[in-house]
Amino acid sequence: MSDPLLTVAGLEVVYHTDAGTLPALSDVCFEVREGQIVGVVGESGCGKSTLGAALLRLLSPNGEIVGGRVMFAGRDLASLSSGELRKVRGRGIATVFQDPLTSLNPTFTVGQQMIDAERAHGQGRESKDVLRRRAIDALTRVGIPDAARRIRNHPHEFSGGMRQRIMIAIALLHEPSLLIADEATSALDVTLEAQILKLLKEINASHGTAILLISHNLGVIAEVCERVVVMYAGRAVEEGDVYAIFDRPLHPYTRALLAAVPSPQHRGTTLAAIPGRVPSLLALPPGCKYADRCAHAVAVCFAREPASLARGGLRVRCFLYDDSLPAADKPRADWAKAPGRA
Amino acid sequence: MLDYALRRLVMTFFVVVLIMTFLALLIQLVPGDPVRLVLGAKAPEELVQSVRHDMYLDKPVPAQVYYFFANALHGDLGVDFQSQRSVTSLIWTALPHTAILALASLALAGLLGVPLGVYAATHPGGWLDRVTAVATISLITMPAYVAGLLLLLVFSVHWSIMPATGTGNLSNPADYLKHLALPAIALAVTWIGYLARLVRTSMLEVLNERYIMAARSQGIRDRLVVYKYALRNAVIPTIAVVGVGLGTLLGGAIFVEVIFARAGLGMLIYNSIQTRNFPIVRGGVLVVALLFVAVNLLTDFVYHMVDPRIRVVS
Ligand SMILES: Nc1ncnc2c1ncn2[C@@H]1O[C@H](COP(=O)(O)OP(=O)(O)OP(=O)(O)O)[C@@H](O)[C@H]1O
Ligand code: SF4
Ligand SMILES: [Mg+2]
Repeated sequence: MSDPLLTVAGLEVVYHTDAGTLPALSDVCFEVREGQIVGVVGESGCGKSTLGAALLRLLSPNGEIVGGRVMFAGRDLASLSSGELRKVRGRGIATVFQDPLTSLNPTFTVGQQMIDAERAHGQGRESKDVLRRRAIDALTRVGIPDAARRIRNHPHEFSGGMRQRIMIAIALLHEPSLLIADEATSALDVTLEAQILKLLKEINASHGTAILLISHNLGVIAEVCERVVVMYAGRAVEEGDVYAIFDRPLHPYTRALLAAVPSPQHRGTTLAAIPGRVPSLLALPPGCKYADRCAHAVAVCFAREPASLARGGLRVRCFLYDDSLPAADKPRADWAKAPGRA
Repeated sequence: MLDYALRRLVMTFFVVVLIMTFLALLIQLVPGDPVRLVLGAKAPEELVQSVRHDMYLDKPVPAQVYYFFANALHGDLGVDFQSQRSVTSLIWTALPHTAILALASLALAGLLGVPLGVYAATHPGGWLDRVTAVATISLITMPAYVAGLLLLLVFSVHWSIMPATGTGNLSNPADYLKHLALPAIALAVTWIGYLARLVRTSMLEVLNERYIMAARSQGIRDRLVVYKYALRNAVIPTIAVVGVGLGTLLGGAIFVEVIFARAGLGMLIYNSIQTRNFPIVRGGVLVVALLFVAVNLLTDFVYHMVDPRIRVVS
């Protein structure tokens, strides 16, 4: 198999805040191959959006990448000059941010913003009319009615769902090889969500655009993704083939997440409430971050952090699968007392 | 928008009526006989009577107010006690100089303050940011007349490279500009610092917005992101402040004109106060007040035009 399109290895991100340094991502590793759709799932605050923003080095000013590597199309993104990085943005990797209401500039028309986005990677030779035509086509493709007229409107004249679709249209302008879609459908009703997911699958099939689909909705992930990364407190706790993980989840957290979903094909499900609370990133326990809520937790889980282990085609971060531990110290895979399906 | 404009215009109309009524009544506050005060105790009674008649002071107060309004509407603000020239023509000669001074300092403030603010915001913590932070605070707190005196001392007295006083003549632009430079800088100094601070603050806020991050994620060039996408949004809140401040700027222009003995409305009013030349004071203050009102009205409309969100809400 060829080299992956995107390789994230040991990514560490912190936010500098008044309350201290907040480790938002810790040792995150995964890959996206060309044309693949990979899901990222986890509870609110686990670092999904941080991951999406860090890949293109677009963290908010108080965020900082403190470790790890992001390789895209064979190049280390950290080694690129700002000019080279700019050329990757929007053409190599395009992003749709989580918040569609604030992603468009309120003081310019949608058309002006789309034309600027087109020009960002153009040779500057196309006339404004050509660019406008292309923008109208892009809007029509994502289902904006009467795009030729609407293109002269300002963002506040569109609904949230419409704005989300405009953002997707902009992201697809340059047919990127990777699209990062952060909760791209969460502002939409079920019908629109289905339409957009269909559109994403079409783009994926026709242009071979790989997609990193960030969502807290397991149903969405199950429907469109080939692989999935499950995140907890800034860590990738389990990563692998969607069917394998939905069939036989390894990590206790993944099992708990799936417990509320009747079937992998069930649509419109959000993450189930799991007893206990996510630890504060400012006061993380020293051991496994899930230990407080885990029914299997034993002494070692509170003492140190489990490493990420390869297991079949999956990767999992849990002592249950750490065969280097003496049997007496190991947590027991006694699923009966844990939430989740056997 | 139209509805809003109409309401705003009606409000402005009442403000102007109030100001004019106040100015018409102002002379009642002068103790004794204002005409006698100016012409002196030795002036012949017939002259005093004829001036009183020209100023409608022999009429009852409501009639005085009426005539002030009626004449002002025809552009007649009375005549100078001394030269007998019409106040309107005196103001027309002075006004361009004040307008040029105010606009020149505003342009100076915009041309220096805005880029300075943008630079400080895009390089937070850099040396220029720190230097401007200190400089702007001292600039903000320096009144125009202190700045004016300092500039006079350095450039006109110490180095003698700039004319200290006077206006020059518009027919000789180079000389006029030379006379304009120091007063305009004195008046602009506060505004350079103030604008730089305002732009820096709102720019820092805007650069944090999601739509800026989104624009960057599309590969849009940094210069375009900062100077087009961010600056427009950052400047909107400053327009309102600048509009209100223009009034202060006019006030400052009066001080600066007096310090530099520069022709203009301020100098005209100042001289007339000295000689108790009441019609000129009244006419001059009226024109300054009208300018103030007009400027505020204009900024309000500009503000509404630049920000499409407000356009809808109102
Ligand atoms: N600019 C910032 N400064 C400080 N902390 C931040 C900042 N942005 C995010 N965080 C914190 O980092 C953690 C991860 O945030 P992130 O937005 O990546 O989570 P998420 O998984 O996308 O959540 P959600 O599902 O709610 O979108 C959270 O605890 C959040 O509070
Ligand atoms: S390491 Fe221990 S606490 Fe963490 S998930 Fe595995 S069993 Fe539970
Ligand atoms: Mg998020």
